[in-house]
Amino acid sequence: MFLSRTLLRRHSVLPGFDLALGFTLLYLSFIVLIPLAAAFLKTATMTWPAFWATVTSPRVLASYRLTFGASFAAALVNAFFGLIVCWVLVRYEFPFKRVIDALVDLPFALPTAVAGIALTALYAGNGWIGRLLPFKVSFTPLGVFVALTFIGLPFVVRTLQPVLEDLQKEIEEAAATLGANRWQTFTKVIFPILTPALLTGFALAFARALGEYGSVIFIAGNMPMISEITPLLIITKLEQYDYAGATAIAVVMLVSAFVLLLAINGLQAWTRARQGR
Amino acid sequence: MSTPASALPLKTGATRVTAPRSIRAATTEPVWVKWLLIGTALAFLTFFLFVPLAIVFTEAFKKGVDVYLAAITEADALSAIKLTFIAAAIAVPMNLLFGIAAAWCIAKFEFRGKNVLLTLIDLPFSVSPVISGLIYVLIFGLQGWFGEWLRDHDLKVIFAIPGIVLATVFVTFPFVARELIPLMQAQGTEQEEAARVLGAGGWQIFWRVTLPNVKWALLYGVILCNARAMGEFGAVSVVSGHIRGQTNTMPLHIEILYNEYQFAAAFAVASLLALLALVTLVLKYLVEQRVKTQKRATGERSE
Repeated sequence: MFLSRTLLRRHSVLPGFDLALGFTLLYLSFIVLIPLAAAFLKTATMTWPAFWATVTSPRVLASYRLTFGASFAAALVNAFFGLIVCWVLVRYEFPFKRVIDALVDLPFALPTAVAGIALTALYAGNGWIGRLLPFKVSFTPLGVFVALTFIGLPFVVRTLQPVLEDLQKEIEEAAATLGANRWQTFTKVIFPILTPALLTGFALAFARALGEYGSVIFIAGNMPMISEITPLLIITKLEQYDYAGATAIAVVMLVSAFVLLLAINGLQAWTRARQGR
Repeated sequence: MSTPASALPLKTGATRVTAPRSIRAATTEPVWVKWLLIGTALAFLTFFLFVPLAIVFTEAFKKGVDVYLAAITEADALSAIKLTFIAAAIAVPMNLLFGIAAAWCIAKFEFRGKNVLLTLIDLPFSVSPVISGLIYVLIFGLQGWFGEWLRDHDLKVIFAIPGIVLATVFVTFPFVARELIPLMQAQGTEQEEAARVLGAGGWQIFWRVTLPNVKWALLYGVILCNARAMGEFGAVSVVSGHIRGQTNTMPLHIEILYNEYQFAAAFAVASLLALLALVTLVLKYLVEQRVKTQKRATGERSE
């Protein structure tokens, strides 16, 4: 009763608001909010210099560079190829199109450990693809990039697809009538409409890649300073019973993730505004 | 490899010369551009998607069917499979219940703080799996808030099944809510209100009006939730303690086998999870078609 009296903006004849919201808030608090708060409270027990020294030690800094750099590169590659894949799936007809369309979601459905060992075997020196390449991929930072590209693949395609499907042909016809060639129509008419969704997809892929662990640890080789990602460092510290250190790094990652979440929310609002919804 | 410039449609003026097709050609690309784009897309997907999927199965059967069968019927593998099913069997219904409750209050009522609640529900998606495990260690681990109390009462959460279930619940938290909320918002409250006016009780409204309207989206959320629950690695890895035959789920069992260089066995167990992923995709596709038709029906009704 308390909830409905204080929170409801408009009276409703429908029942169950108190029960549903009460359960939602309770469950959310116990599963998500209180445990997440634990991370911040644990860090608060550290002194500021100790915290700063932990999160800026050379090995940790190297892991940020790798994690953020590889995630950014992977998201960029996914934005570029994702746009092409999406375009092809929406605009053209070709054999097995439906199967391929459904398979784009594979990285969402395939457990990360499976993806990890598959990519490692594939890109190792004697693997199907690794054999063809003149440089090493598995057990190098490049391997991290490959794994992150795999897991980020569906994001750009799936955020762009509905926007491209809704795109009105009339706009392109108008551009053509006014004398634009196809390239001009794409760069000056279609692409600006797709930009917010493309950026959203990029940000989603980037955010997912930042926290990724399972698919990366198999292929990375995990050498300190070279191919060690930040989530792995958290685990390493935990295994050494350095709970405060692990949590300090986790808090840095959490804060970056929350900032990204806000950015993504903003981008999605922009996408909706651009689509005129 | 293609560069941005060569992969995108270039000067198309030349193709517009053919008279009868010129009207259509104004909003389509020249044939060579079309096939270049299709080729680029397929090449990318082949390297990053199809081949990785194929290698799971070829590696699994590399040493023959006997090794494959032995790997998936060995005692540790079976206990890992069992634990994976247990974790999913607890986590999915819990998040299903939560998803329904959250969707009911968010979609059917107007209240203060709704947008904050929506953001908070999505929060677990942006948390690294490793951190999802870590936070439970901080609470239930030996040095954690309840660590001593749990030890005194001889209860184990971390390095035991409850911890694995909790971590799984956390990482699959938003799936059902996320599928239900937009659909139920689009459907509005008119039907429920009509049922109410005609004298239906709360549960009657839910079972007879709301649930039939959202059943496909609900199923869709459950499918995605289940796939993630069975495949989760990072979060579970932190809280499991990797005790063979006791706290190993399938993904963790794969890691152990792989690190012991038992590649064929690792890929054999992996192939089961890959199969699960493929089944998930098929179900997802089928349900997606249903949701689309339902959404279209909803759209027509509201117009």
